Amino acid sequence: MEAGELRQDAVDPSATAYSRIAGAWLRGQGVLIALILVFLFGVWRYGETFTSSFNLWTLAKNNTYFALIALGMTFVIMTGGIDLSVGAVVALSAVTAARLSPHGLWVALAAAIGIGLLVGVINGGIIAVFKVQPFIVTLALLLGARGAALNLSHNASVSVDYATNYKDLWKTEIGPVPLPVVIVVVAYLLGSIMLNLTRFGRHILAIGGNEEAARLAGLPINRTLFFVYLLSGGLAGLAGALLAAQGNTGSPIAAVGWELTAIAAVVVGGTLLTGGRGSVWTTLVGVLLLGLIFNELNFERGKGIFDLTQYWEEVIRGLFLLIVIILQARLTNTARVTRTM
Amino acid sequence: MASTTPRVSAGARSLPELVRNSSQTQRALFALIALSIYNAFATTNFLTFATLRVNLTQVATIVIVGVGMTYVIGSAGIDLSVGALMAISGALAPKIFDSQRALLSNEWIGIPLAIVIPILVAGAFGYFNGYLITKFKIQPIIATLVLFLGGRGIAKALSDGNLVEFNKPHFDYLGTGRPFGIPVQVIVMIVIAIVAAWGLRSTTFGRYVLAIGGNERAAELAGVPVTRVKRQIYVLSGLLAGVAGLIVVAINTSSDPYQVGQDMELDAIAAVAVGGTPFTGGRATIAGTVIGAFFIHQVRYTLISHGVPDGTTRMVIAGAILIAVLLQRPKAGWR
Repeated sequence: MEAGELRQDAVDPSATAYSRIAGAWLRGQGVLIALILVFLFGVWRYGETFTSSFNLWTLAKNNTYFALIALGMTFVIMTGGIDLSVGAVVALSAVTAARLSPHGLWVALAAAIGIGLLVGVINGGIIAVFKVQPFIVTLALLLGARGAALNLSHNASVSVDYATNYKDLWKTEIGPVPLPVVIVVVAYLLGSIMLNLTRFGRHILAIGGNEEAARLAGLPINRTLFFVYLLSGGLAGLAGALLAAQGNTGSPIAAVGWELTAIAAVVVGGTLLTGGRGSVWTTLVGVLLLGLIFNELNFERGKGIFDLTQYWEEVIRGLFLLIVIILQARLTNTARVTRTM
Repeated sequence: MASTTPRVSAGARSLPELVRNSSQTQRALFALIALSIYNAFATTNFLTFATLRVNLTQVATIVIVGVGMTYVIGSAGIDLSVGALMAISGALAPKIFDSQRALLSNEWIGIPLAIVIPILVAGAFGYFNGYLITKFKIQPIIATLVLFLGGRGIAKALSDGNLVEFNKPHFDYLGTGRPFGIPVQVIVMIVIAIVAAWGLRSTTFGRYVLAIGGNERAAELAGVPVTRVKRQIYVLSGLLAGVAGLIVVAINTSSDPYQVGQDMELDAIAAVAVGGTPFTGGRATIAGTVIGAFFIHQVRYTLISHGVPDGTTRMVIAGAILIAVLLQRPKAGWR
């Protein structure tokens, strides 16, 4: 959240102090307050089935892969870019992990992350060296990674080897906390430290704020962009490893559209889509908020009061994104809107 | 060494130099011709009317959506929602005709409405995209992401996620009719491409589109009605996606909300990119997009007819897209 202070100057000076403060407050705390309200609504309406540790831990675990790709997406979006390939990378790395699971957890995990990093290298390399718009490069890699997943799996789901310790990745608990949740918390801690306390983090925000100025100031633009996409690929790889461990299978057609869930979470968290400003922790809150809302929709369906088919979930997710980007656009009111894509 | 000699030396015109000195559209055309020659020799039954007709019917939807995308990209925008809009349009058509109202199940009223209304609805969603982009100054990639994300959900909700049979001869004429032996959708494709090429070159609207793409601020200062034109561009893209959605439904005689328009945004963007319209806007070529669409389609056809697995086909097309965008950017380097 401190990272936001870096670019106070980006706020339109003509905005009144009041609206500026209100805007900052909404970006900073609004999601958290929304999360608490939605949670309290759940407690009030569904009672103990909702607050049971089973439901809450399941909710947390089932959002760990979204949290990981959203973390990578946060950094990408902070530079003013976008990574549309993460969903396909999740599928590719899940297939990779499942195929290599007979060799044990560590080999499969390393390979899953490695293949994600490889896609990140291609994304980041082309974007940094050739100055091609991120969305077209990552859109092509979306297609390519999905194709690679289909090839690697021979067009069918690959089962995880039950004889090895691979499923420990999902089932292990440290105290009451499931391992995937621990992984996510550690990842976000590291991400937050990196963004707020390292030069790399400052460079990310500087590039997103004004790439030309950052270039003139002599910042290592290409290196920073490269590592941002590398990071996004690696985190998507890790998410794929978790997905394979959860379902005991690696499916080449899994995780379709997850890039959009991640983008929605980042935006809900208040990171500016124009880059230059954002926070790691609010992204996590955004992920939890989206997860909680869909958890409660499930409860509603269980109550049979209204029958929303799962298809409406996609519509609701789209509406949610719509509301948030409109709010964000109105609040930020930045002068940098002429910068398309 | 090499760096001391001038780059373009008389006489010595090597292949790399030829590639460097030709326009992207020319390169795409050469690639398309080369691929066609290869197919003529290496692919059985390639040079038959049946194959040509199949290829033309399949490429028609890419061209139609790609034409709209060319206008969008020419204005320095992007439209990721086209595939989802195709699905919505495709899901609406049977919905309208099969509704129990007596008036609509009359072929002479129901069929025209089942064609017109879905196209208009897709156009309305296009207006929604344009409205978001102009009213709230949201980047096009994000604004159209909303429908990319939610639009297919609307299509699935409309049909409860089911494949809906829609076997009405008069409607299916759109996909299976062949006046003078030419498939209807190919005629639609040709008409749309010609009108769009003319519109881009010779109408005020076309010049406005490119002016906005070249420098939006300058265009606005010069009196171009930027907001209105931008909305019209996305309406156009939506309308064309609506047409393409109906064609797919007519070919399949059924509407599958999962399949109609799947990955179409990628195909259309790829066709535009391969054809030589730069993503930075200000310049656009419909002819290039048509060539790009034929190239993308023929790459896929070639690979599939040689038994190359689906996964590899996707990887090759991804590579083709990347090469096309890389060739568009001659000045690059690790600075």
